[in-house]
Amino acid sequence: MTAGAPVLLRVDLWALGPVIALTLGALVLLLLELVPPRERGNRGGIVSLLALGASAWAVLRVAHAKRSIFGGMFVHDPMTVFFTLLFCAIGILSVLASWDYVKRTRINQAEYYALLLSSVLGMIVMAASNDLVTIFLGLELMSLSLYVMVGFRRTRLDSNEAALKYFLLGAFASGFLLYGIALLYGATGTTQLGRMGAFLAYSPLLQNPLLLVGALLVFSGFAFKVAAVPFHMWTPDAYEGAPTSVTGFMSAGAKAAGFAALLRVGLRALGPVQADWTPLLAVIAFLTMTVGNLTALLQNNLKRMLAYSSIAHAGYVLVAVAAGGPEGAAAAVFYLAVYSFMNLGAFTVLTMLGEGRDERVLVSDLAGLGFRQPLLGIAMTVFMISLGGIPPTAGFMGKILVFGAALQKPELGWLVIAGVLNSVVSVFYYLRVTVALYMREPEGEPVHVSWGPAAALAILLALAATLYFGVQSHGLWQQAKDSINGLL
Amino acid sequence: MAHAPWLSILVFFPLAAAAVVAMMPTGSPRTARLVATGAALIELLVSLPLWWRLAPRAPGFQFEESLNWIPAIGARYHLGVDGVSALLALLTTITTFVALLGAWTAVEKRAREFYALVLALEAGMLGTFFSLDLLLFYMFWEAMLIPMYLLIGVWGGQRRVYAAVKFFLYTMAGSVLMLVAILSLWLTQRAATGTPTFDLTVFYQMPLSPSHQFWLFLAFAVAFAIKVPMFPLHTWLPDAHVEAPTAGSVILAAVLLKMGTYGFVRFAMPLFPNALQVCGPWIAGIALVGIVYGALVAMVQPDLKKLVAYSSVSHMGFAMLGLMALNAQGMAGSMMTMLNHGVSTGALFLLVGVVYERRHTRLIADFGGLWKVVPVYSAIFLVVMLSSIGLPGTNGFVGEFLVILGAFRHQIPWAVIAATGVVLSACYMLWMFQRVVFGPVTHDENRGLTDLSLREKLVFAPLLVLIFWMGVAPQPILDRVQPALDRTLAITETRAAQLEHFREPVPAGARLAARAAGEGAR
Repeated sequence: MTAGAPVLLRVDLWALGPVIALTLGALVLLLLELVPPRERGNRGGIVSLLALGASAWAVLRVAHAKRSIFGGMFVHDPMTVFFTLLFCAIGILSVLASWDYVKRTRINQAEYYALLLSSVLGMIVMAASNDLVTIFLGLELMSLSLYVMVGFRRTRLDSNEAALKYFLLGAFASGFLLYGIALLYGATGTTQLGRMGAFLAYSPLLQNPLLLVGALLVFSGFAFKVAAVPFHMWTPDAYEGAPTSVTGFMSAGAKAAGFAALLRVGLRALGPVQADWTPLLAVIAFLTMTVGNLTALLQNNLKRMLAYSSIAHAGYVLVAVAAGGPEGAAAAVFYLAVYSFMNLGAFTVLTMLGEGRDERVLVSDLAGLGFRQPLLGIAMTVFMISLGGIPPTAGFMGKILVFGAALQKPELGWLVIAGVLNSVVSVFYYLRVTVALYMREPEGEPVHVSWGPAAALAILLALAATLYFGVQSHGLWQQAKDSINGLL
Repeated sequence: MAHAPWLSILVFFPLAAAAVVAMMPTGSPRTARLVATGAALIELLVSLPLWWRLAPRAPGFQFEESLNWIPAIGARYHLGVDGVSALLALLTTITTFVALLGAWTAVEKRAREFYALVLALEAGMLGTFFSLDLLLFYMFWEAMLIPMYLLIGVWGGQRRVYAAVKFFLYTMAGSVLMLVAILSLWLTQRAATGTPTFDLTVFYQMPLSPSHQFWLFLAFAVAFAIKVPMFPLHTWLPDAHVEAPTAGSVILAAVLLKMGTYGFVRFAMPLFPNALQVCGPWIAGIALVGIVYGALVAMVQPDLKKLVAYSSVSHMGFAMLGLMALNAQGMAGSMMTMLNHGVSTGALFLLVGVVYERRHTRLIADFGGLWKVVPVYSAIFLVVMLSSIGLPGTNGFVGEFLVILGAFRHQIPWAVIAATGVVLSACYMLWMFQRVVFGPVTHDENRGLTDLSLREKLVFAPLLVLIFWMGVAPQPILDRVQPALDRTLAITETRAAQLEHFREPVPAGARLAARAAGEGAR
């Protein structure tokens, strides 16, 4: 046996570590249900944290290795590492945010955490796939878990409605995606992204309707997952009906996963024909930003408002994707990372509002909260100004990098102008939150804040990330660039 | 001190103090205000050496600090001052201290948050003046909005939320386009040299095609014009001024408006000289409209704060006009006007705040005959009012005289129209003063007014000293700003001359193709 072979095996095992850890974690959680839980324990949360921590650790062990596993279907490259770490961070923050929330809303069951883990697993598989079939596999794993999580408050009608809507529309989108994959396979004879790209580079098939329709359908499938206009209709209802902790989780995770897969497909498979899809992406980016922001102006429910805001943010990321090239893709990756932190932070704040099973998530419920709960107020304000793209927060650096990347293409100048004007519009509704926090007195009984140490920790972590990446974004930007440049 | 990062200390000391004040126990507003005022005083004392340690004739920027910040995109933490920014920074530290001292009794509820925000605002303002890196500048420029927005929105008057949101959105709408322009500069520079940077001194050397300049200048100019504010982008100002608490109004008038004119001097004019030649007359025209319009509208205001707010529009028109004259006198006059306006209008807002605190009204009609009741107050009011009009011997005169002189040398009609603004300012100010201070006491509530307390006298003392000193002996100030302004003017002129003959760089490939086409034709 040569000296190289065992090393290869070890790297492969470590690279698959996240998948193994999360699968084991989910199985352990399901088995744990057989043993009656203790009154005040939270073993589900602990097991999830351990599994997520273990997968982050495993991928860090081989962070600098590059491997193609399972015949090229699954790759371990800097982008996989970046997104695996991001999904683990999202998972950890979500578990912390859920910790007390699921207890007080009485949905504290091991299944909740098991589904969360398998959903994170699906996201990682999506980001690490180099083959359309594995991408679909990851997407379905993530989506099916999310459908159930959205409907987790079984006793509430709106939760059921949200889950059903999300499921039905999501099933359609999956159908589109699968059909698109089939057509692309028909056009190029392969489902592997690299080979597809090579094929397209040497024999452009632009007149082939199979390729065009296939690419369009695949794109629609991803657009649904990232909530891009015109596939955004499910977002507000699903976000509103889902338990708040789940809303935060899916708004960050599902979006990042969808974009990770989209970026891989865009850069590897359809890169050679990029000039053809840029105009389409630009128009969709414009519509997504504008529709999201304008509709968010009219919302009084914070969850709905953040749902529309998440649509708008998908639009900003699409600007970066439309800008294309390594720099645009890196800007998209950077933006997804900072967006995850600020958005999860905002939703974690929302999980604290209300007592027992009820949720208080109207803008007016925040009235006067900023002075009664200074830390919560400051955190929410920082998340809002970061979402609005105002310095010195991470959201601002994200916007700089996204628009800086897009401005390199003169034909996208209009999109950049539209983007920055959109961010002014968005500031109006983000400011409404701060107005409520600091400038209004509560009418009637002020909202009850259910403090929990875990959620407070999640808020502090998200706050630290939002501020840190705002003033010192060099490291994250370098990582984002490396993740794109080292793409396998 | 020689190697200490002095400017950084100036920027971050108030921020640290703000954090300390914000974390103090709720029950002690007295301690909070003592600590905050003390911090502002220390900051003022630490900033005073800017006056004598500055070497006005030294080329370039001084006390520079330059550290890598985001190397991947070439952004640096680059601070530095010249005569212009040093004096504006001094104005900032003086104003902040005076405003805090003046707010001692005005702010009752949520005092510690108030003081913390004022200190944070000070940090933002100083950072904006010191930044020599465009990204850093933009960060301070926009981050500064947040404390001001909260100051207006939380401690303001009846329509405070409306005014605060309007203030924020107006300023932000202007500045995002400037952000695009900054990014465009950055990309142009990177494409030309391969190394990305946001450094202002590098951009001063960078050639730009006139058409490119035009759009970038427009983006910068709109952002700064909103801040100045220039007619017709001024409508946020009366709302913000009227609704803001006294300290907020003082800082807004004295410092925040200067950021607009400062932006023109530091960025828009030297970076885009050819566009300036095209747009300059238009901007001067708008400034003239602003001078006359602001004065006329001020005349009919029933509310004291609104009157002062519109007088700001008029005065800042002078500052803009002086810049657009593009000669030494005009620029120096503009700089003097900025400083004068900071001192006089700041003092006016404080004076309005004093009577508002006692009577809870700002309507001119609610006063009358104050001289008999509160003589000291009225005397100070008289001096400040006269300095705002620009009476010789007070600071206002020097600035306006130089601006009109500069304008006269450039375009005589400009000077004529601007001079009517001076006359109009005498009209509205004197008329207001007559209705408020002279005549019989028309309202019985006013008979019980108490005159200035010792603290309030202390608040006005430095401002009065400044008014007379800057009016009688402005030369030390001019000595400090003139070299910096001359440098700006020189950069503008040499760049404009160089770029007259600017041609788009032709990519090598295109040149080859053109040659091949030419050979083919032959």
